[in-house]
Amino acid sequence: MIGIALWISFFLVAMAIILNAYRLLVGPSLPDRIIALDTMYVNSIALIILYTIWLSTRVYFEGALLIAMLGFISTVAVCKYLLRGDIIE
Amino acid sequence: MAWLDKAWVDTALETLTAFFLIAGALITFISSFGMVHLRDFYLRMHGPAKATTLGVGLILVACMFYFLLIERTFHIQLLLVTIFLLITAPISAHLLAKVALHQKLPSDISTTGAPSELREEDVGQEPDTPHPEDPGSGQRHSP
Repeated sequence: MIGIALWISFFLVAMAIILNAYRLLVGPSLPDRIIALDTMYVNSIALIILYTIWLSTRVYFEGALLIAMLGFISTVAVCKYLLRGDIIE
Repeated sequence: MAWLDKAWVDTALETLTAFFLIAGALITFISSFGMVHLRDFYLRMHGPAKATTLGVGLILVACMFYFLLIERTFHIQLLLVTIFLLITAPISAHLLAKVALHQKLPSDISTTGAPSELREEDVGQEPDTPHPEDPGSGQRHSP
């Protein structure tokens, strides 16, 4: 039962990342592309967790945490740059 | 934990894992689909700000149930990722909304009302009624 659910989840999350990539490439404005990247890293955390369940190891938990932190910091840095013209004032 | 050794616990944990996996992946897909489908940036921000966090949180809960099933131990690191995403997603959404208002992105034609940052004619207007504690306006009572 978990195997079938895992394959369906892989398919859905991969489709979600493809839709994010579409918005990242097409997106008419710059905040659209930023929010596409933001959603993409959150979806990649989900993909890493699914891979962890598939392999039944605990090796990649720290990777998920690292991606969460670095993605948040990069989003905030780009937003600060667009708002103020500078990151650290 | 002796109650974990019962036979029905395995079936229950397996069902919970599969349910949370499917629910989380569906919600993640729906939020990304909304980000492609909706019409302007202010509408598109709803999916990543709220639904993606819920979807990934449900997938992490499914992973916790799965490791409870195969190892009989709780893993707090996964809850850490969920809590971190719950804290940081509103902050990044707030900053992105500020960027969109700063760049004056166009909103959809059927959007009613606008935030005060986008209403040019309202900025800097005097209020109609004077403030009661303002000493420069209205009647002053001599002590």
